[in-house]
Amino acid sequence: MTTPVLQAKGITKRYGRVTAIESGDLELYPGEILAVIGDNGAGKSSLIKALSGALIPDSGEIYLDGQRVVFRNPMEAREAGIETVYQTLAVAPGLDIADNLFLGREQRKPGVLGSVFRMLDRSGMRSEAQRHMSELGIGTLQNIGQAVESLSGGQRQAVAVARSAAFGSKVVILDEPTAALGVKESNRVLQLIRDVRDRGLPVILISHNMPHVFEVADRIHIQRLGRRATVITPKSHSMSEAVAIMTGAAAAPPPVA
Amino acid sequence: MTAAVKETEGFETQRNESLTTKIQHVLHANPVFGPLAVLIVAIIAFSIVNPRFFSAPNLSLVLAQVTVIAVLALGQTLIILTAGIDLATGAIAVFSSILMANFCVKLGVPGILALILGLICGTVMGALNGFLVTRIKLPPFIVTLGTLTIFFSLNSVVSKSETVRGSDMPDIMSWTGTTIPIGGFRLTYGSIIMLVLFAFFFYALGRTAWGKHVYATGDDIEAARLAGIRTNRVLFSAYTVAGLLYAVGGWILIGRLASASPNVGTEYNLDSITAVVLGGTSLFGGRGGVLGTLIGALIVGVFRNGLQLGGVEVVWQGFAIGLLVLVAVSLDQWIRKVKS
Repeated sequence: MTTPVLQAKGITKRYGRVTAIESGDLELYPGEILAVIGDNGAGKSSLIKALSGALIPDSGEIYLDGQRVVFRNPMEAREAGIETVYQTLAVAPGLDIADNLFLGREQRKPGVLGSVFRMLDRSGMRSEAQRHMSELGIGTLQNIGQAVESLSGGQRQAVAVARSAAFGSKVVILDEPTAALGVKESNRVLQLIRDVRDRGLPVILISHNMPHVFEVADRIHIQRLGRRATVITPKSHSMSEAVAIMTGAAAAPPPVA
Repeated sequence: MTAAVKETEGFETQRNESLTTKIQHVLHANPVFGPLAVLIVAIIAFSIVNPRFFSAPNLSLVLAQVTVIAVLALGQTLIILTAGIDLATGAIAVFSSILMANFCVKLGVPGILALILGLICGTVMGALNGFLVTRIKLPPFIVTLGTLTIFFSLNSVVSKSETVRGSDMPDIMSWTGTTIPIGGFRLTYGSIIMLVLFAFFFYALGRTAWGKHVYATGDDIEAARLAGIRTNRVLFSAYTVAGLLYAVGGWILIGRLASASPNVGTEYNLDSITAVVLGGTSLFGGRGGVLGTLIGALIVGVFRNGLQLGGVEVVWQGFAIGLLVLVAVSLDQWIRKVKS
């Protein structure tokens, strides 16, 4: 049995008397897309926030490649190789695609120009941005020097996903990436998610959209009442069965490996 | 019949839209074009009205007149780019100039040291604004409204409302007002400092990571934070650097007036905002730049001077500039609505 890339064990978070998540477990294996579904308040966003460093759990452990890790803020999770694309798109609309891709980790020119004059390596970043975008099949999308605000919702999402794929060395977490998109754009983003996985990066996908989940996920983690109810696969269960488990209408089957 | 008319009308409006949309797109991609066009048209118009306008001595005067406001507006630009506003601009500049003058005259500090101390004081005042904005989390408008009042009050206390004459101060204080003739043109050292500062910040905002972070923070502070930018640091640096720039403005002011007077500068606060807005920098942050601000400051100077030479009474100059500001802000709103 392979070690999970990312594993959560017994994550608990309480807000006063409200328990957001109770001994939450999660395993993400290499090369897979793990969808996390659950009703509102089931604790999926708390679980994800704990994994991405946005929330410090009261108890529980997180393992990255079998090593225990503790994240005190999102930057630490990112440095460890976990990239998260938040639902509120973390892009600066006024900056161009290349600038956004490198936002917060700009590269300077080599030599005196970079060290003394702090000059950014614009052409270097642009060609690298172009390379990342084409690797994901979105290179022909737009001019790399175009402001992000002039892009459509799906194209912005593509930029955000490309950024996480370009810099995430271990795990990419996507929070509702297709929530605000039309049918065509959703399909492009779903394809993009598959492309990220096929490049070897495992993906955690949080979504409310059952057809999207069943289309791309390798395994589906169902969260219910602050706990993991079970893990199923799109082959083993139907969409309505998944919803039944999610809402408690059906008993949860034992999880698949 | 009616249906046919309607169709034609619909078609016409659509065609008109596509033309204006084109202009909208061009201005959106190049925000400097608008202000530049206004400046060029104004220069041509004023030169026709009064040929004396486009003479070397007069243009030298215009540049000397806008130098202080341009430097203050440069600092203001940094803050407005972060979606903030600085009402204490003029107060910091004037108080810094008073401190510099009093360091030399009252305390007998050597000129160069008094200058450096004055610049440090301005920087600290800016840093105080930055501290209140980032740590106490007060809105920039409130913070700078408070410090504006405090700095002007301290200014009166320190100066005892007395003007220090330039001749009583070491030469370095009024050095910024000395001119070097270039043909018929007389360039002050203050203007040279101003242009160098603009070139420096043009580079810093456009070619360094700090500049990108200033834009990203002003554009969407939450997105910037999630992208790993330490937005509080960026904001604090913008206010602090702006404070230093205001103090430099105060130094240039001493050269311009050949004195350090505590009773000037109340209008500088709003004038600096006017220059920034006329230059196409958006008050909502994240859009614009220092090149626009330089043009904006020149527009104010050209209008004031040109209207005067054209025989327009002083009272109407403010009217014209106020009108320009309203047009500039409306234009900014319209450009922001650009469709993808």
